Amino acid sequence: MATPEHPQENIGQRRVGRGAFLGVVGLGVGTLFAGGAISRATRGITQPVTDSVGLAGVIPSDGWRIYTVAATMPTFDEQSWRLTIDGLVRTPLSLSLADLRDLPRVDQVSSFYCVTGWVVKNVKWAGVRIDDVLKAAGPQAAGTALTFTSSERPYVDSLTLKQARLPDVLLAYEQDGKPVPRVHGAPLRLVIPEMYGYKSVKWVERITVTPEAEVGYWEVRGYDRDAWVGKSNGYES
Amino acid sequence: MSAIAPAGPATVPAPAAAGVPARRWLARFTLTERALHWVHATAFVTLLGSGLVLYLPPLSELVGRRPLVKDIHWWTAISWAGALALIVLLGNRRAVARTVREIDAFDADDRRFLRGQRPAPQGRFNAGQKVNAILTAAFALLFAVSGALLWLGERNHAFRLEGTVFLHDALMYVSLVLLVGHLYLAVINPKTRHALHGMTRGTVDEEWARVHHAKWVAELEAARTTDGAVSPVDQNAT
Repeated sequence: MATPEHPQENIGQRRVGRGAFLGVVGLGVGTLFAGGAISRATRGITQPVTDSVGLAGVIPSDGWRIYTVAATMPTFDEQSWRLTIDGLVRTPLSLSLADLRDLPRVDQVSSFYCVTGWVVKNVKWAGVRIDDVLKAAGPQAAGTALTFTSSERPYVDSLTLKQARLPDVLLAYEQDGKPVPRVHGAPLRLVIPEMYGYKSVKWVERITVTPEAEVGYWEVRGYDRDAWVGKSNGYES
Repeated sequence: MSAIAPAGPATVPAPAAAGVPARRWLARFTLTERALHWVHATAFVTLLGSGLVLYLPPLSELVGRRPLVKDIHWWTAISWAGALALIVLLGNRRAVARTVREIDAFDADDRRFLRGQRPAPQGRFNAGQKVNAILTAAFALLFAVSGALLWLGERNHAFRLEGTVFLHDALMYVSLVLLVGHLYLAVINPKTRHALHGMTRGTVDEEWARVHHAKWVAELEAARTTDGAVSPVDQNAT
């Protein structure tokens, strides 16, 4: 039955809704490709604003996202916590946090790149070089790689010894002047700035010297083992 | 599915109290439209809650169980899309099509309304509601696309795009602002909150509608004079 759709005069009626809808969708799809650049460009404005209204530490305005794989985040007890060094070594070690702090302290500023697109520039880390930790254990000649086991089961990842000896690879116990917070891997995390963040294992509790580099948690899921920033995981093109 | 049920008569005479003129009710939303609204609203709140647990570091630390929260977030999204599709499929598609047509069209009064000029008599949807509906629909699609890419990208880096995280986060912030405005107008503001009755029971008071949706009331009255007691709502709803 024919019913007038609009019995009333609708002066100047335009079908613009669909155009607006498609425009917003198009804009959104565009940010899928430009979003990384936009967020980096606007960080300088958005971060001071969110920090000044007391949202610092509530929303991730500093750029950090907290990714975990287990049911709960690990906790640690400073008295009982130990870092185990084992595998192809002459003397397996069990180091306390105090033992680590007795090793030569290194301060460094480096940026942290996540493979999902976010970046935190100029993070102040303090910790120890891997070689200083390994020295006392004495890696055997057959050992060419290290496996880093996290207290967050089943997270694990590996580096070749050559990669682990890059000048800016750190076992960090301080971040931005404070002990590494729980969400960032307290008390000890790996930092390898030249690779995407999934290589920088949080909550490191064991370093195993192995004959070859083992496959890590995300590498089982298709991510590159050599996760060089800008040169891996599809970023190379 | 009972969403097929047609809307009630356009005017439902309320029992008249002695000496008080009877309140007349106009059918504004069919069961299908209300089901779409409430499914979307419920899913949005669940997705927002679980999403904030994944997104805000203090909440992530407090709640933990990231894989479980991810599953809740993911399955809510799947259920949301499935439920919307089912409602449209099994519900009153004509009512949905009519709603889409009305939201698509902006006339001179709608533009005056958006510029803040009055009077600007409005149809069944005012221009602000149309804008809100368009943005909500566009954001829903973008949320779904970016969410699917986040899920796929975690499994295969070929699906990982540099701006996916940014888009999903930005949509959340803008949607939150829209939601606050929507809740203020629908629940708090005394002048407009009667509209909630339309979204819960399907009907609104004719006198209220005359003020806020004058063109719509005029349309219903015009249809009533040409077709007797049958309103366009009834016809579209059959």
